[in-house]
Amino acid sequence: MPDHLSALQLILAGDPALFAIVRLSLGVSIAAVALAAAVGMPMGALLALTHFPGRPVLVVLLNAMMGLPPVVVGLALYLLLSRSGPLGTFGILFTPAAMVVAQTVLIFPIIAALTRQTIEDLWAEYRDELNAMHVGPIGRMTTLLWDARFSLITALLAGFGRAAAEVGAVMIVGGNIDGFTRTMTTTVALETSKGNLPLAMGLGAILIVLVLAINAAAWGTRIWSQRLTG
Amino acid sequence: MRAPESDLPLVLDGVSLKAGATTLLRDISLTIAPGVPCLIVGPNGSGKTSLLRLCMGLTAPTGGRITWGGRTDPAPTRRAFVFQRPVMLRRAASGNVTYALAQAGTPRWQRAPRAKALLQRVGLADLAHRPARLLSGGEQQRLALARALARDPEILLLDEPTANLDPAATRAVEEIVMSAAQSGIKIVMASHDLGQVRRLVGEVIFLARGTLCERAATNDFLDHPSTAEARAFLRGDLVV
Ligand SMILES: Nc1ncnc2c1ncn2[C@@H]1O[C@H](COP(=O)(O)OP(=O)(O)OP(=O)(O)O)[C@@H](O)[C@H]1O
Ligand SMILES: [Mg+2]
Repeated sequence: MPDHLSALQLILAGDPALFAIVRLSLGVSIAAVALAAAVGMPMGALLALTHFPGRPVLVVLLNAMMGLPPVVVGLALYLLLSRSGPLGTFGILFTPAAMVVAQTVLIFPIIAALTRQTIEDLWAEYRDELNAMHVGPIGRMTTLLWDARFSLITALLAGFGRAAAEVGAVMIVGGNIDGFTRTMTTTVALETSKGNLPLAMGLGAILIVLVLAINAAAWGTRIWSQRLTG
Repeated sequence: MRAPESDLPLVLDGVSLKAGATTLLRDISLTIAPGVPCLIVGPNGSGKTSLLRLCMGLTAPTGGRITWGGRTDPAPTRRAFVFQRPVMLRRAASGNVTYALAQAGTPRWQRAPRAKALLQRVGLADLAHRPARLLSGGEQQRLALARALARDPEILLLDEPTANLDPAATRAVEEIVMSAAQSGIKIVMASHDLGQVRRLVGEVIFLARGTLCERAATNDFLDHPSTAEARAFLRGDLVV
C-alpha cells in the first residue's frame, strides 16, 4: 500500500500510539505557553512602562532572543539538568517536565517581546488620556493589558506555533523515549530516518493542520477584535 | 476620596515652555479664578494646546511656576481635559464613560445610570453600545466631553472641542459647556472660532507666537482689540 494511504489510515483509525504522541505534544506546548505567558506578559508590560538605565539593551536582547536556535536552548538546558549539572538534583532530564522547561525558555522571549511592543505602542496612544484621568500605575497596566487583549492573544498563538513546531530542544532534553517523551516533531525526525514513512507522514499532516488552525485562529481574532473594538 | 481643597485659583507665574531649541510659550503670567468661561484664542501654532496642557499638569514648565489653589502639584482629581484629538479606549461608547466614572471614584452601582445620563447629555444615547473607535470624529469629541464631565471636575479644560462638529452639534456642545459653567465648573477652552468666542461670553486670553498678548472681556476683545496681533487676527490676517 502506498505510504500516504497508510498514513491516512493511521489517522482515520485513531491509532492509539499516534494519538498518544499528539496528546503529549499538545500538552507540553500548551503548558509551555501558559508558563511563558504567566512570566512574559507582566514582564513585557513592565518593560514597556518603566525606564531605567540599560533598558534599551534589555529590549534589544529580548528581541534578539526571539530567534534563539532550539538546539542551543536544548544543549544549554541539557548541561544544566544533567546529573552532574547545577540543576541535576531535580532529576527531570528526559522527562516531559524538561521539555516544558525547554519550550518555555524558547517562547518566553517571543511573548515578552511582543507584549512589550504592543503595550508600549498602546501606551503612547493612551498616555495623555490616562494621565488626565489620573490612572495610577496598576490601573495603567491592567487597562493596557485589557485593551491590547486581542494583540496579546496573537502573541500567545505565535508562541504556541513556535513551540509545537520546534524539534531541537525537545529532542535533546526529552531524549525521544518511546511512549514517554516522544512528540510529533521528534517522531517525524526519527521515523523518517528509520524509513517508517506512514507514521512520519501522518504526524506531519497533523502538524500542518495544527499550524493552519493556529493561523486561522490568529486571523479570526483579528477580525473579531476589529468588529468588537474598532 | 476627593481632595477637599480647591484647585482654583490656577496661577501661572512667569511660565515658559521650551522643546529643545524651540520656545513654545514665553514668560506667561496668568491667574485663572472662579467665574466666567475663559477662552484661549490665537492662530494655529500660537501655543493654545501647550498652555492647556500646562494648566492640566500634563507637561511641566521649563521656566516659572504653576500653582493650583496654592499647591504646586496636586493630582488632577478635580480637573478634566478634552483633547483636541481625543483617544477612544477600545471599548463601547458607554464603556468609555464608565471607565472615566470608575477612575473618578464613582461607586460601581451608580456607574451605569450615570453613564447613560451623560451619553444622553451629549446626544449619544443611541450609540451607547457602538465601539467608540468606530464613532465619527464629531461623535468621538462629544464622547470625550461626556468622559470629562464624568469626572465631575472643578476645572474643565477643552481644546477646540467643536473643531470637527457640524453647526447643530457645535451649538449642542456650546450649550453643554455653558450649562457646566452655570453649574459652577470653571471652563478654560481653546478656540479659534470667533463666532464661538462671541457666543460663549466670558473673557479672552489671546496668544500669538507663544506670548500672551492680551486679556480682556469677550466683547471688549472683539470690539476694541488693543494689540496689533489681535487686530490682525480678528481681521483674518496672518500674524507674521
Ligand atoms: N514637542 C514639540 N517640539 C517642538 N515643537 C513643538 C512641540 N509641540 C508643539 N510644538 C510647536 O509649538 C507650537 C505651539 O503648538 P500648540 O499645539 O500649542 O499650538 P496651538 O495653538 O494649539 O495650535 P492649533 O490651533 O493648530 O491647535 C507649534 O508651532 C508647534 O509646532
Ligand atoms: Mg492646539
